[in-house]
Amino acid sequence: MTVQITSRAARRREAARDRARQRALILGGGRTATVAACAALVLLTVLWLAPMVWGLLTSLRTEQDAVSLPVALLPENGFTLEQYRSLFAAGNIQLWMVNSLLVAVLVTLFTLVVSAPAAFAMSRLPFRGRALLAALTVGAIMVPPQLLIVPLFQQMVALNLVDTYAAVILPQLVMPVIVFILKRFFDTVPRELDDAARMDGASNWRLFTSVILPLSRPILAAAAIFVFITAWNNYLWPFIITTDPALMTLPVGIPNILNAHGTFYAAQLASSMVAAAPMIIVFLFFQRHIIRSVATTGLGGR
Amino acid sequence: MSAPARTRIPQRTPEAARPRRARRAIADASWTFLLPFVLVYGAFLGWPLLSGLWISFTDLALNGAGGDFVGTDNYAEALGDPLVWQTVGNTAFFTLITTVPLIVIALAMAVLVHAGLPGQWLWRLAFFMPFLLPVTTVALVWDYLYNDDFGLFNQVLGVFGGDGLGWLTDENVAMWSVAAATVWWTVGFNFLLYLAALQSVPDHLYEAAALDGAGAWARLRYVTLPQLRTVTVVVILLQVLASLKVFDQIYLLTMGGPGDSTRSLLLYIYDLGFTGYRIGYSSAVSYLFLAIVLVIAAVQVWIAMRRKA
Repeated sequence: MTVQITSRAARRREAARDRARQRALILGGGRTATVAACAALVLLTVLWLAPMVWGLLTSLRTEQDAVSLPVALLPENGFTLEQYRSLFAAGNIQLWMVNSLLVAVLVTLFTLVVSAPAAFAMSRLPFRGRALLAALTVGAIMVPPQLLIVPLFQQMVALNLVDTYAAVILPQLVMPVIVFILKRFFDTVPRELDDAARMDGASNWRLFTSVILPLSRPILAAAAIFVFITAWNNYLWPFIITTDPALMTLPVGIPNILNAHGTFYAAQLASSMVAAAPMIIVFLFFQRHIIRSVATTGLGGR
Repeated sequence: MSAPARTRIPQRTPEAARPRRARRAIADASWTFLLPFVLVYGAFLGWPLLSGLWISFTDLALNGAGGDFVGTDNYAEALGDPLVWQTVGNTAFFTLITTVPLIVIALAMAVLVHAGLPGQWLWRLAFFMPFLLPVTTVALVWDYLYNDDFGLFNQVLGVFGGDGLGWLTDENVAMWSVAAATVWWTVGFNFLLYLAALQSVPDHLYEAAALDGAGAWARLRYVTLPQLRTVTVVVILLQVLASLKVFDQIYLLTMGGPGDSTRSLLLYIYDLGFTGYRIGYSSAVSYLFLAIVLVIAAVQVWIAMRRKA
């Protein structure tokens, strides 16, 4: 235990030294530059935190206090958890959270299952039309998925899949950017490894699962995090394809129930905070991983 | 990731080394790797693209009525539809007023965070966290901020003796309000891309600048910004394409109103299909939109390539 604490302290000291070095390199030793940079950072941070803080504070008010004029910083009736209590008592929000988790996990899993072998084939296997398929995949990145909602909806009606998990999940598996990023990474794995594996009599699948995939863990993790975030927050398609509240995901469900109740600001904001909480909590724990994943995937694996 | 050590086995072509045994035929076949991909992309990308194209030449309605081939009537109607032109204009305007701040503010945030001031964790959390929020949360939080009576903005304006604005209810203001909420929500993504790019700027450039006596401003101007040119081209490409596709936050904040002042092209396509039930016409407008997107993407890629050459 003690050892861990010292090592953590040492790491922290090292990070502080790195930061000081960085500061000297970028800002020079100048006091004016440091103060100006600090002030700008603090200003931007306050601006960027304020909307959520205000939303959170309002969600802790009574409905009267949320709409009393002028809006006081400290509410007349004090802060209360009343909104959250009634939200959870109604029960739907727990259900939507489970749905969101289920959908996001399945989309992530299946997207990788669909994308990784295809990326491997495009990177390694000599089949006819390989270049064309790779080019089509890049082209598909440019197609806005929102454009397909009408024909996709028609298709789901024809297949009798409206209001099913399958209809929510399946179209979300089309993520050409993930195929592109994985192919790009597989391309960098040295061919000598393939030859060595093949000398040992490995089949293509064996090469894929025992050589390429284990070497690709970081990029697979980055892709998985990116897909998960996208699926968790996806709004338009789940909104169109679900009418049954029992199948809705968090972003789709929340405005729905509130329309039925009329406009209650404090209650609305409480449900918004609950919808936001899981991802924020995950981010607090895995900040580095998430930041690296989004940066890598966002830049197309560069 | 660490590069694996090279093996000492002499190079041979895999084809020559592979014994031809029947039981391995399945395990080796390329199609087994491509099957799930081809099925999923065929069913949920290729098929809707083709059937949507067909539908765009018919008068099909959402309830299944119609469906007769009408040639290019839908396209002709779209080109003469003033709402198509207005929503194209709205989308272009939204793209312009979001892309500029989304690049400039993201760049400023990344440069400031990269300077190595204490509190890294907090800055990253503040700037990136909104990107992780579901659009519903963003819309409800900003809807309350923008409220004419109880919203924070008009309350603050009131304190300073101002009249307050119809943030989402005034035709001249609403698009700016939607854009501001969008900038707040998505700037974290560009911020991360810039931060990643900054981390690969080599230290020796700053050391050389320091030797030349460059201050903080000169280092930013002559070292940092020139090093970010390549990533800026990528960020602009991604941002323009993302802004053109705006739907969710407009739908939730204003439904395209007041009037049609915030109706984006995608919102109009949705309205035509799901509210107006005219999916033939809606599909035709979709394909015009796809054409616009592809042309813009092609132009941007062409510019990027020419810069590189």
